[in-house]
Amino acid sequence: MEVSMIKILIDGKQYEVKPEKNLLETCLALGLNIPHFCYHPALGSVGACRLCAVKKFRDADDNKGRLVMSCLEPVKEGLIVSIEDDEAKEFRTAIIEGLMTNHPHDCPVCDEGGECHLQDMTVMTGHNYRRFDFKKRTYTNQYLGPFINHEMNRCIQCYRCVRFYRDYAGGKDLNVFASHNHVYFGRHEDGVLESEFSGNLIEVCPTGVFTDKTLKKHFTRKWDLSNTPSICVHCTVGCNILVSERYDSLRRIMNRYNGAVNGYFICDRGRFGYEFVNDDRRIRNAKIRPQKEENQVEADNEILTSRLKTSLAKSQKIIGIGSPRASLESNFALSVLVGNENFYHGISKKEQLLTHTVLDFLQKSGVQTPSLKQIEKADAVLILGEDLTNTAPMIALAVRQASRNIPNQEALKKGIPIWDDGPSRELAQDTKSPVFIVTPFKDGLDDLSEGTFRASYDDIAYLGFVITASLDNKFPVSITTDYEHQKFADKVASVLINAKNPLIISGITNGDEAIVYAALNIARALFESNPKCMLSMVLPECNSMGLAFIPGKSLDDLVALSAVEEINTLVILENDLYRRATADMVDFLLERSKQIIVLDHLTNRTSVHADLLLPAATFAESEGTLVNNEGRAQRYYKAIVNSNHVRESWRWIDEFIKINDQDKILSWNRFDDIVSSMVNEWPVFSKLKTYMPDSDFRMLNEKIPRQTMRHSGRTAIHANIAVNEAKIPNDSDSPFTFSMEGQPERPPSSLVSFYWSPGWNSVQSMYNDLDEPNGSLKGGDPGIRLIAPDGTVDIPYFKMIPTAKKLQKDEWMIVPVYQIFGSEELSSAGHTLTQRIRVPFVYLNRKDADSLGAVEGDRIRLVISKTNIVLIVRIENSLEQGIAGVSINLPGMPFIELPGIGNIYKL
Amino acid sequence: MERPLTRHIVTGSPPLNLKDYRKSGGYEGTIRVLKEMSPADVTSLVKASNLLGRGGAGFPTGVKWSLVPMDAGSPKPKYLVCNADEMEPGTFKDRYLLEGNPHQLIDGMIISAYAIQAEKAYIFLRWAYKKAEAGLRKALEEAYASGFLGKNILGSGFTLDISIHVSAGRYICGEETALLNSLEGKRAIPRSKPPFPAISGLFGKPTVVNNVETLCWISHLVVNGAEWFKGLSLTGTGGTKLYGVSGKVKNPGIWELPLGTTVHELIEEHAGGMSDGYRFRGALPGGASTDFLVEEHLDVKMDFSTVAAAGSRLGTGTMIILDDKTCPVAFLHNIEKFFALESCGWCTPCREGLPWVEKILDSIERGTGKMEYLDVLKFQTRYMGPGNTFCAHAPGAAEPLQSGLKYFKDDFVKHIHDKKCPWR
Repeated sequence: MEVSMIKILIDGKQYEVKPEKNLLETCLALGLNIPHFCYHPALGSVGACRLCAVKKFRDADDNKGRLVMSCLEPVKEGLIVSIEDDEAKEFRTAIIEGLMTNHPHDCPVCDEGGECHLQDMTVMTGHNYRRFDFKKRTYTNQYLGPFINHEMNRCIQCYRCVRFYRDYAGGKDLNVFASHNHVYFGRHEDGVLESEFSGNLIEVCPTGVFTDKTLKKHFTRKWDLSNTPSICVHCTVGCNILVSERYDSLRRIMNRYNGAVNGYFICDRGRFGYEFVNDDRRIRNAKIRPQKEENQVEADNEILTSRLKTSLAKSQKIIGIGSPRASLESNFALSVLVGNENFYHGISKKEQLLTHTVLDFLQKSGVQTPSLKQIEKADAVLILGEDLTNTAPMIALAVRQASRNIPNQEALKKGIPIWDDGPSRELAQDTKSPVFIVTPFKDGLDDLSEGTFRASYDDIAYLGFVITASLDNKFPVSITTDYEHQKFADKVASVLINAKNPLIISGITNGDEAIVYAALNIARALFESNPKCMLSMVLPECNSMGLAFIPGKSLDDLVALSAVEEINTLVILENDLYRRATADMVDFLLERSKQIIVLDHLTNRTSVHADLLLPAATFAESEGTLVNNEGRAQRYYKAIVNSNHVRESWRWIDEFIKINDQDKILSWNRFDDIVSSMVNEWPVFSKLKTYMPDSDFRMLNEKIPRQTMRHSGRTAIHANIAVNEAKIPNDSDSPFTFSMEGQPERPPSSLVSFYWSPGWNSVQSMYNDLDEPNGSLKGGDPGIRLIAPDGTVDIPYFKMIPTAKKLQKDEWMIVPVYQIFGSEELSSAGHTLTQRIRVPFVYLNRKDADSLGAVEGDRIRLVISKTNIVLIVRIENSLEQGIAGVSINLPGMPFIELPGIGNIYKL
Repeated sequence: MERPLTRHIVTGSPPLNLKDYRKSGGYEGTIRVLKEMSPADVTSLVKASNLLGRGGAGFPTGVKWSLVPMDAGSPKPKYLVCNADEMEPGTFKDRYLLEGNPHQLIDGMIISAYAIQAEKAYIFLRWAYKKAEAGLRKALEEAYASGFLGKNILGSGFTLDISIHVSAGRYICGEETALLNSLEGKRAIPRSKPPFPAISGLFGKPTVVNNVETLCWISHLVVNGAEWFKGLSLTGTGGTKLYGVSGKVKNPGIWELPLGTTVHELIEEHAGGMSDGYRFRGALPGGASTDFLVEEHLDVKMDFSTVAAAGSRLGTGTMIILDDKTCPVAFLHNIEKFFALESCGWCTPCREGLPWVEKILDSIERGTGKMEYLDVLKFQTRYMGPGNTFCAHAPGAAEPLQSGLKYFKDDFVKHIHDKKCPWR
């Protein structure tokens, strides 16, 4: 929609700007610095800090003017303001002076120092002389858990923390207490912050009240970090992150703005899940098993090469198992080595089928799959059987924002702009856009819900079919249902059909085919009447969608094959098979394999079976492409120079190929080479070649620095030995250099490696990289959509209606309970995150627990498909009787296929 | 001289019960309005009277009401809130009305609610006003029993419920939007305006917040008319005013007098003049958050515009007198300490500025002050000025300070030079 621009006058200069914005965001978009604290583009304006004061003039004849807060000033045609006015400048300086009366002078020992919004603003306003000569106010700090450090004395009371935590992210356990100049931001008592998004407080807080406790353990100033743009590998959403390194260890993860994906925020799994990269369990040297039954021992290059030569001889049939947590390029390399017919995806048949079904539907049906930004724009949401808060937390956060759309429209009608946060929330009260949640147990978004429906998986899927029938009277399956189901389904259907941008969210992590089919059916039915309807399907891992684009068979297929023939050489790429299939199946497969080559980051149950164990670079040590659940391909770059034997998996496999077939000349010298090779082989990825600058990209003939120009002490750490500088490692795979030298101008949006702009050392400097606050990065948001639905293919309805499974006495329907901390493999290996992982547990309705004679905290034994697990009972009354929720994929738990039927015995 | 608001209040006696209130002509206004007048008629009448809000800001009541959307599609429910959170230092006029004649308030609230078609009204009552609360609860009970409250009042089809909400006790709750937040169970911080409560008030619905004294006028306006009301004052603004005087005077107290009575008359005739041995140095005319008036202002007529022209505000009309045996620095320190403590902590100039001011005044009073503190104080009064802060709390707090610095500068300087308080 074309907006007609309006003209305003700022310090005597005329600007054409968009209407309906506030003056502060308008000025920031124009590149005019106005100091501010409490305004945040995602949180809107509240006028608390008073720092963004400017002078407003009534008309051209008014030369006195009056101070107004630019964050609360709507831009209107003919607005005349001055940022540089003396009185405005004096006032802004006085605000800093006021805030500084109590702020400790502890910058040298403060973790925020060097990237502190308060430091930036103090310098920007020019406040430099202290007139306040009384004692400062002091506070007691709190223990807020393993992620976040709390230092209340540094607080400048901007209220951003509570506005983010409570209003934006729906948290309950952080609040503001007391009043006047004793207002306190914290919890009602010491304790772990409950929100899955608490880590964003670190970036939202303009000072050092909330800082990264994991960074503190190996603290490095911002200016001494080497930073690289990357993609989060801990779920399917693919949030953009900045990865910071020093002395070969990963120091922290920060959000990297992407207007279409994660905006300003990431979840705590993404922020604090990085420590596995530094972990002691990392495989850093190649190991071999000299003889069967012997232990793995470290191998030098010579021994390694000779072993590889025997294992990978051309005469050997090689089988490759890829991985949904490895890059497209590494999976591709493996499939080149073994050939398409010997390439297996390393996921179960069911998971592969469901992933393919989803991709096929998204490619052909015409139904849009939304970005996070588009999810935020939905005006009606149905969540079917997916625990978003734990499987794709950022989608949950986006749904929370979507719930404000209808009340925001009401506010607009009353002349209240969306950015005017106080009044728009006040007017909205508890009204929300309709969100319906259909899950087996309580959900993190229940507080938004217009209607929740708690049921078994069969009933959830069945309800989905009833909703489809209610949406489309041509639905070719006859449905009978009870009154309550029908009433709920009719309500959901009528809301969806009347919405402008309805959104269906489901996923395959529940493992229930019928729920997936039901979700796709609803989207298909809705699409008939509204082509703008959206469908978001959560997949299990960071590259699940990428793998779906690649030909390959399932793990079940391979196990079946191994029953028929012995496998000569099995190459397992970044995949712990014991998380994918029952131990019996994997044991059998590995026993039937003569030589097992494992490429991975961490020792795990699979790696101990390796005859050749090769250290694979993590996302932090390699380049790679991942495809998120909306089909967006995104690239991550190497942040750490590889040491020891650690190499990118595709580089290892390139070695294998050279050994295996000396006639094959691939010349994969650089990352660009394998991308080109892959694009040639698999044209579905052809856009990858052009969408991002390749490694030859230069700005004014220079590479892009990973380090800021403030980088210091490069040689200091080893100064007792030598003061000459070590050679900067060469990076042939990317346009970056591992140093501060290079082009100081801002790079293209996909190559932003740190936040800085003149006057702004804090993360707020990112506004200068955006075309406008909340907008796209200048030059466009990085990432390329591989799914372009054209809607020309008529996908038939799925007709597989579930029938309620009959349970025998003592039998329980077991459904998976995902945990944001613990259910994902790599993040669970981190030291800090481990502290948040719960002991494996079972959710039981109180009545069910009573029937077992069990109370909260008791131990039970679950027996499911011959697997025995001991679990702790946790009472969860939102579960229907007869259903037990079992924590899934927690460290130490064996694989169980869920949903399934199991027996429970009290211990 | 007419005293419409306090005619039936007898100090030491219980307030009129409903029967006696009716006998005195009470609820006649309510009956007339519900039988004969449309909501628009009532608003027009109040507008015509030019009744200015008695809470301190003096905003025209009729204009406030006319901002409430009245068309058929307007949001429901609408609310009327009586601001009875009287916490302005030196002010006890609403208490007098609440304790003295609760039916007069209820009478006015029914008519006011009818004018904006509110079906729910709250009395937001200061927690310390226990006696007023008891009287109000009894009066409400009587009003319900007699059909003046509840469903279909007097067969008119109009429904109104009134509840009392006893405040938890914060000065800022007197600010109407902070009051609304508090009433909703949220932190008592003021709200951003616009939108004004008439558009989005209590629970996001159209709301009118009026002061006790303002609402007490409404039934009298209906019964006696706008012209009668205008004729009551000496300066044409309309009405009488509850004036109070506290401090070292012979007869401190509260009186209902024509709006526009002079400072001199208030002190000399009604408060009996200064106590023996005390000399008048100045007065805060309308509570602690107004500028000092001094000797040269004794002839100022106490109405909204005249006091404003003299550099202060009528405020609540309840005067605090500074005498010559009281240290003005200590006097101001006491006031500013109150304001610093009662800041809600939302915006920077108020939250950080007031404690600084308080510390400086304390330091000067204790003899450890410095001359440069005077510049800081002067700067702070400007820094906390209207428009610079989120609400009127800090600008109000700045008023006695800025005028105190002007009128009593020598006293400040003497404290600093002598390194002690001359009054100690």
